[in-house]
Amino acid sequence: MHELAITQSMFDIVLQQAEQAHAKKVTKINLVIGEMTGVVSDSVQFYLDFLTKNTIAEGAVVDIKMVPPQGRCHTCNQTFELKEFDWTCPNCQGKIIDVIAGKELFVESIEVD
Amino acid sequence: MKIKVLKDILGANEQLAAKNRELLDSNKVFAVNIMASPGAGKTSIVLQTIRALKDEVRIGVIEGDIASSIDAETVAKEGVPVVQINTGGECHLEANQLENALNNLPLADIDLLLIENVGNLVCPAEFNLGEHLKVLIASVPEGDDKPLKYPLMFNTVDALVLNKIDLLPYVQFNVNTFTKTVKNINSKVEIFKVSCTTGEGIQAWSKWLKTQMK
Repeated sequence: MHELAITQSMFDIVLQQAEQAHAKKVTKINLVIGEMTGVVSDSVQFYLDFLTKNTIAEGAVVDIKMVPPQGRCHTCNQTFELKEFDWTCPNCQGKIIDVIAGKELFVESIEVD
Repeated sequence: MKIKVLKDILGANEQLAAKNRELLDSNKVFAVNIMASPGAGKTSIVLQTIRALKDEVRIGVIEGDIASSIDAETVAKEGVPVVQINTGGECHLEANQLENALNNLPLADIDLLLIENVGNLVCPAEFNLGEHLKVLIASVPEGDDKPLKYPLMFNTVDALVLNKIDLLPYVQFNVNTFTKTVKNINSKVEIFKVSCTTGEGIQAWSKWLKTQMK
C-alpha cells in the first residue's frame, strides 16, 4: 500500500528537478533504497510505470540500487553487514550497534534530454 | 544529461514532522507515537495509561485508523480530549495528518499526547510524526519471533510494551527468547511486561512514561 505514496513523492521530486533543468524528457531515474526500509522495488517500478504515463518521464528506465544493512559497533568501531538479525559485533561481540546503512530512500539522480 | 538529485523521498514528511515538533514543544506537550500490529492492545494500553496517569498529568489522544471512529468513542468515555484520524486506506500516519489533528486539540491544556498509529508493523516505523517517544506494543499471542520478522520496527522504538502476559500459560511464547532477540537488534530499548486485563505491570510502565516527560 504505502509504496504508492512513496513512489508519488519520488516522482514529484523527479518532475520538479526535470522542470528546473527545462528538460524535454526524462530518460532514466536512479533510486537508492535501503533494504531495511521494507520498500519493495517491484512495487516501486510498477507504480512508476503507472504514474509516469502521459508525462515527460513516460518510458524512463528505472534503476534501483538496493543497499544492504550495515552496522557500526559502538565499542570497537568495526563496521559489518547486519546479516539476519543477531546484531552482535563480529570483532568484539559488542551489542550496541548503530545502523549506518540500510535505511536510505532517495532519488540519486535523473538523466534527461 | 545527468542531474544529481540526492533528495530524500521522505523529506517532505520530515519537514512537517519538525514543524509538528516545534508546535508540540512550544505548547509543552510530550507526544508518544504508539505502534503495534492490529489487535496487540494499543487502545487498551492507551486506556490503562490514561487511568494510571490522569490525576497527575493532562492527557490528550489521537486515534489513527484506516476507517471508523470506534477507538475515539471508547477513549472519549475517559473524559480526555480525543481526535480521530481516518487515513482512508493508508496503512500508517504521516506528519501532515498529525498536523491537522494537532490543530483540533486544545494543546495548551495537554501535557501528554498519546498518538495511536494504524495497526501495522511495517510502514509506521518509517514515518516520523514529530513525536518525542516511539513505543511498540507487542503481544504474547503474536509469537516470540516477531522481532526477527519486523526488525526496523523493533530497532526504531524507545520502549517496548509486551502485552497480554496473562496468556503466557496458554501460549507458546518464550519471554527470554523474545527479550534476547529484541535486545540484539535494539540494545537501548526499555521493555515492560504488562496485562491490560489484570492490570499487571501497568504501574511500572506508566511511572516510567511519566519520568520521560520533560
